[in-house]
Amino acid sequence: MLVAASVVVFVVMNVLPGDPALLVLGTGATPATLAALRHQMGLDLPLWEQYLRWASGLLVGDFGVSYTYQSPVAGLIAARLGVTLPLACLSIVLSVAIAIPVGVFAATRQGRAADAGLMAAAQLGVAVPNFWLGLLLILVFAVKLGWLPATGFPGWSHGALPALAALLMPAVSLALPQAAILARVTRSAVIEAAGEDYVRTARAKGLAAGAAIWRHALPNALIPVVTIMGFQFSYLLAGTVVVENVFTLPGMGRLLFQAIAGRDLITVQDIVVLLTGSVIVVNTLVDVAYAAIDPRIAVGGVSVAEAAVGGGR
Amino acid sequence: MRAIIPALAVLVLAVGAAPPHAMARDSLSIGMVLEPPILDPTANAAAAIGEVTYQNIFQGLTQIAANGDVVPSLATSWDVSADGRTYNFHLAKGVAFSDGEPFDCDTVKFSLDRARGPDSINPQKALFTPIAGVACPDAATAVVTLKQPTASFLFGLAMPAAIMVAPKAAADDKTRPVGTGPYMLGEWMKGDHVTLVRNPKYSGAPPAMASATFRFIADPAAATAAMLAGNVDAFPLFPASEALPQIRADKKLHVEIGTTSGKIIISLNEAKKPFSDIRVRRAMAYAIDKQAYIAAVLNGYGTPIGSHDVPGDAGYVDLAGTYPHDPAKAKALLEAAGYPNGFTMTMLLPPPAYARRGGEMIAAMLGEVGIKVKLVDVEWAQWLSQAFRDKDYEATIIAHVEPRDLYQYANPDYYWNYHNAAYDALFARYQAATDPAAQLQLWGDLQRKLAHDEPNIFIAALPKIGVWNADLGGMWKNALITVDIVSQMHWAN
Repeated sequence: MLVAASVVVFVVMNVLPGDPALLVLGTGATPATLAALRHQMGLDLPLWEQYLRWASGLLVGDFGVSYTYQSPVAGLIAARLGVTLPLACLSIVLSVAIAIPVGVFAATRQGRAADAGLMAAAQLGVAVPNFWLGLLLILVFAVKLGWLPATGFPGWSHGALPALAALLMPAVSLALPQAAILARVTRSAVIEAAGEDYVRTARAKGLAAGAAIWRHALPNALIPVVTIMGFQFSYLLAGTVVVENVFTLPGMGRLLFQAIAGRDLITVQDIVVLLTGSVIVVNTLVDVAYAAIDPRIAVGGVSVAEAAVGGGR
Repeated sequence: MRAIIPALAVLVLAVGAAPPHAMARDSLSIGMVLEPPILDPTANAAAAIGEVTYQNIFQGLTQIAANGDVVPSLATSWDVSADGRTYNFHLAKGVAFSDGEPFDCDTVKFSLDRARGPDSINPQKALFTPIAGVACPDAATAVVTLKQPTASFLFGLAMPAAIMVAPKAAADDKTRPVGTGPYMLGEWMKGDHVTLVRNPKYSGAPPAMASATFRFIADPAAATAAMLAGNVDAFPLFPASEALPQIRADKKLHVEIGTTSGKIIISLNEAKKPFSDIRVRRAMAYAIDKQAYIAAVLNGYGTPIGSHDVPGDAGYVDLAGTYPHDPAKAKALLEAAGYPNGFTMTMLLPPPAYARRGGEMIAAMLGEVGIKVKLVDVEWAQWLSQAFRDKDYEATIIAHVEPRDLYQYANPDYYWNYHNAAYDALFARYQAATDPAAQLQLWGDLQRKLAHDEPNIFIAALPKIGVWNADLGGMWKNALITVDIVSQMHWAN
């Protein structure tokens, strides 16, 4: 899987028009300086040799040197992970903390005003683009109230509090639209589970409606919820470039975006392989979670889970 | 999404009341749109590198003053031989690099030989090709001999690509820059900021600012919010001209409109028909309403130009009226050239708004005289390889930002494919001129020759929209080269 990903990304990056050396030298480039720089970068080697050099480096943990930044890619990625991982975790925690209670509450009020109101809000939340939400937050909390910095990331070396303050608004603007989706999934999964025999049995033996939902319906409704969470977490690792731009956060999304625009082939290749690896890890964790939620599912029972997602929607 | 962000910026601004500044007054933060990929201007063409490092970390033999004049820097004075081929540079004494290495003639020789050598990857290597040799009669004198007299030589030595580097440290300048300037690198958090701190080894008087933080904010709405919220003190090249009314409404902020060296032009490939025909090129020039372009694309900021030079330059000649907007004349010229019904052409548009937004407008103007324009959006990477390197294009909108780059029209390999013996001869006469008055006269003649030939369609000079805290002094109005000289900046009181 990772080998396939590495070959695909290498081929794609090399087929794309554009020369990293030319991007470094700009409109003052001459044939002589271009040749000298291409030699320095190793771009004059045959493609198969370039691939082997890069891939064999990866095997021993050497990510290579960025064409654009002229420094080790491992260091660049590590620095970005210091922003992206806390941001992704903060967003997913916020999203779950909002979505599960809202989804369950809406399910218990199915068809009533509270349900309609919450689901209308969720529909709105799905439709609102996260960068717009981000700009609104900046407007209120940075420009108007001055409580939080408008943009930028001070780094963790200046203490955890300023760093967390810088991540708060981006996390909220990422979490709310995701929470909206998750709440809708939770609601329909809980409604479906609530119609099952075991919930009726629980009610019949005298359990209150709310308790029956929380103790019996929700655990059985979690499989589609966890699946969506897995997708959302993978997205948060690299798909947040727009929000990163709005808040000027040095995260993975912007590094990848700039590396593609700057034809920083090595950096793009490294990030794609790393992301492929992280998706595999997240999916494995989701599978483990399935087994924990429903002991009937053996680890790796993806087909059952996918069927559950289909039903959840 | 592109349309929503500026709209929202206006919304953000409409409410804008900035909190008080709580910053110690011997430091400042400066906003920039692009982050320098590395910090060595001798190894990468990105203008952002010079903006952070030039005259802050690194210095050259000469430098460019705010008014565009070439003035002393590490060379305190120089004399030029009568034949214009030998330059004696008298070097500043007692200067050392921030790592302790002394600066003397050996440093000059090393730096210039490195820039012109066979392995050089200097983005402006052409500046150094006139050099025949560098000699060191004593430590404080550098004698540079040229292959032929070169009027532009001293100006070229003031470019960021011509800085003096320490022989021992030069290889690591990309990430650990070592220079002779008043500042040195304090911290670089990639993707967010670079902080410069005072260089204790600096030989001159310590500058007023103890430190300066350059913050990289690419999004125009974010730049506006950061300025209004007081997160940055200055944005010398402010990216959101549409937000200026709101910025101006904030009394704590100052707005200064000047010029850069950026020349927005429609580059034409003269190796392709019909652009080889001067009548077609002039017809295109007559078809374009420069004022309308500036009003719509640059929000009214920018100056119309008629040749390849900008108003801030010492030898600038205003030729913007050479081909006034006249669609009837354009049609007549097209008919004379054998295109009574116009023709179809392709125009490449790189990402900036002057090209993408401007392209729509240019296409509409050319359409009025019968020229049908097919617009093709390209990324920078593709523009550089397709248009610039492979010369595989018909026309493209582009801003050339190098100052005084008229030499490229005499460069036979350049992507415009402009080959004109009369221009080449004129340029050779300019380079050979040793008398400043004669140089200035010939510099004007070069611009007039280009306006006459119209090898490219000259549209407008890119403005320098500077926004900064009203208490901040020492900021430049115009900038022939992209620089933020921190040692000149100071807070009121």
